[in-house]
Amino acid sequence: MDYTQQLFEQMFGTEWGITVFILAKNLFYIFAIVVPLLLAVAYLTFAERKIIAYMQIRVGPNRVTFFGIPWLRGWGQPIADAVKAIMKEIIIPTGANKFLFLLAPILTIAPALAAWAVVPFSPELVLADINAGLLYILAMTSLGVYGVIIAGWASNSKYAFLGSMRSAAQVVSYELAMGFALVCVLMMAESLNLGDIVKGQQGDSFLNWYLIPLFPMFLVYFISGVAETNRAPFDVAEGESEIVAGFHVDYSGMAFTVFFLAEYANMILVATLTSIMFLGGWLPPLNIAPFNLIPGIVWLLMKIAFMLFFFLWFRATFPRYRYDQIMRLGWKIFIPITLIWILLLGILLQLPESSKELFPLNLWFK
Amino acid sequence: MNFQDFLFYFFSGVLVFSALGVITLRNPVYAALLLVLAFFSSAGIWLLLEAEFLAITLVLVYVGAVMVLFLFVVMMLDINLEQLREGFWKWFPFGALLSLVLAIEMSMVLMGKQFNLENMPVPQPHGTDYSNTKELGRLIYTEYVYAFELAAVILLVAMVAAIALTLRYRTDKKSPNPSKQVAVKREDRLRIVCIPSESKE
Repeated sequence: MDYTQQLFEQMFGTEWGITVFILAKNLFYIFAIVVPLLLAVAYLTFAERKIIAYMQIRVGPNRVTFFGIPWLRGWGQPIADAVKAIMKEIIIPTGANKFLFLLAPILTIAPALAAWAVVPFSPELVLADINAGLLYILAMTSLGVYGVIIAGWASNSKYAFLGSMRSAAQVVSYELAMGFALVCVLMMAESLNLGDIVKGQQGDSFLNWYLIPLFPMFLVYFISGVAETNRAPFDVAEGESEIVAGFHVDYSGMAFTVFFLAEYANMILVATLTSIMFLGGWLPPLNIAPFNLIPGIVWLLMKIAFMLFFFLWFRATFPRYRYDQIMRLGWKIFIPITLIWILLLGILLQLPESSKELFPLNLWFK
Repeated sequence: MNFQDFLFYFFSGVLVFSALGVITLRNPVYAALLLVLAFFSSAGIWLLLEAEFLAITLVLVYVGAVMVLFLFVVMMLDINLEQLREGFWKWFPFGALLSLVLAIEMSMVLMGKQFNLENMPVPQPHGTDYSNTKELGRLIYTEYVYAFELAAVILLVAMVAAIALTLRYRTDKKSPNPSKQVAVKREDRLRIVCIPSESKE
C-alpha cells in the first residue's frame, strides 16, 4: 500500500497524489464489491427459476451449459440471458421523453449499488465505516423509487404511468414502517453504525441476536423490504394481469435488463440488511469451536442466502395483494405495531438494573 | 485548491445551476427533478460541513418522500402555463420585495468585511469519533426540548387538519371495507354440503 501511495505521489505531486491515491483505492474496492454482486444477481435469477420450478414440480432451466459439461446443465442460463439482453435493440417509443426514458433505469440501479458502500462484511471489511450508516442506507433505498416514477412518466403510456403511481405510493408508505422498525434496532445498539450494530449482538449464542427481542420488528422490516423492492406478493407496480407489466412495459433490451438487475440487487440488499440488523451479521450462531472457526463472511453469506430464499418462496406461494389491502397493511397494521414497540422498548431500556435481573432481560437490555 | 475546495465548488456549481433550472424551465417535471438535484448538492455541501445527520436527513425526507409526492402530483396534473401566468403582475411587487430582502441578505454575507465577519473563529474540524447525530440529539432533547415538542405538535395539528379536510364519506358510492373482508372466515362464505352419491342402477 505504501509503495503504491508513493507511486501516486510521484505521478501527481505530493498535494494531489494522496487524493488520487484514495480515489483509486476506493474505486478498486467498489469494483471488488460490485462485480461479485452483479454475478450474485445473475445467479439469483437462476436460483429463482430453479427453486420456483421445483416448488411447482417442474425442472426449470436445464439446457445451457459450459463447454458441454453435462452436470452443469442450466448453469450457463444467466450468462446466455445476459448476452441475449445486450444484443437486443432498445426501442424508444415515439411519444417518450428520450432523455428521461434512458435515465430511469440508471436512477434505479445507482442507489441499489450505492447502498453497499456502508455494508460491513466482517469487522474489518467495509468500504465506508461511517457513523450514520443506517441513515445512509435508508436514504439510498428511498431513492430507488425515482427510477420507477420517471420510467412510468417518460414512457408516455397509461399502463406504465399507472404502475409508477402505484409504486410511488407503496414505497413511500412502507418506508415509514421500515424506518420505525430500524429505530428499534438503533435504540438497542445505541449506534447508527452498521458495524456497531453487529457488535451489539455479540454474545455466546444466537440468543443475543436482535431477532429475539425485536421479533415483530424483524417481521415488519422484512415484509416492508419485500414491499419496497416491489416483489411478489406486493408487485402491483408490475401487475402483469392488470396493467401488462407496469412501469417497464415499454422497455426492451438492456434498458429493461437494468431494471431487472436493480430489482435483484435490491433483494440482495434487503436480505443483507436483515442479516446484519437482526441475524447478527458475521457472528456465528454459537460461539464455540467448530462454528467460530468459520470466517465471518461465510456466516454472513449463508444468512443472506437464507433470507433470499424467503423472497423466492413468497413469490412461489402467495397470490398478489389487492392494492387497498397493501395500503391497509402498511398504514393500519405495521405503523401502529412499530410505534407500540418503540414505546415498549424505551420503557424496557429505562428499567432499573435490579428489575432487569429478575428476568433474563439483561441478555439484551444491558 | 485542495480536494475539499474542489468538492465545494463542484457541489455549489451544480446547486446554482439546478436551482436556476427549477425556476426557469417550462416543463414542471424537469423543474421538480432539478429541485431533487439541488437537494442532493446541498446535502453534499452539508456533508463537507460535518453535518452528516442533516445532510442524510435532507436526502431521506425531502428527496425520498416529499419530492416523490411532488412529482406524483406534478405528473398527474395537466398544468396550463397561461393560467399560471395570469396573476404575474398582481404578485410582482410582493415577489420583488422578497427578492430585494434576499439580495440584501446575500450582500451582507458577501461583504462580510464591513460587518467584522472575519473576526469569527474558523470552526475546528472534529475527530473521527465525533458523531453529529448524537450531538444533535442531545441538544434537541435537552436544551431545545420545548421548541422541538412545539414543532412536533404543530406538525401533528397540520397532519390531522389535512386528513380532516380531505376525508369525506360518500354515501352515493359503494366501497369495500378491507377490515371486514380480511376478517371473513370460511364458514361465512362457504357451505359444504354432503351429498351422498347415488348408486348406479
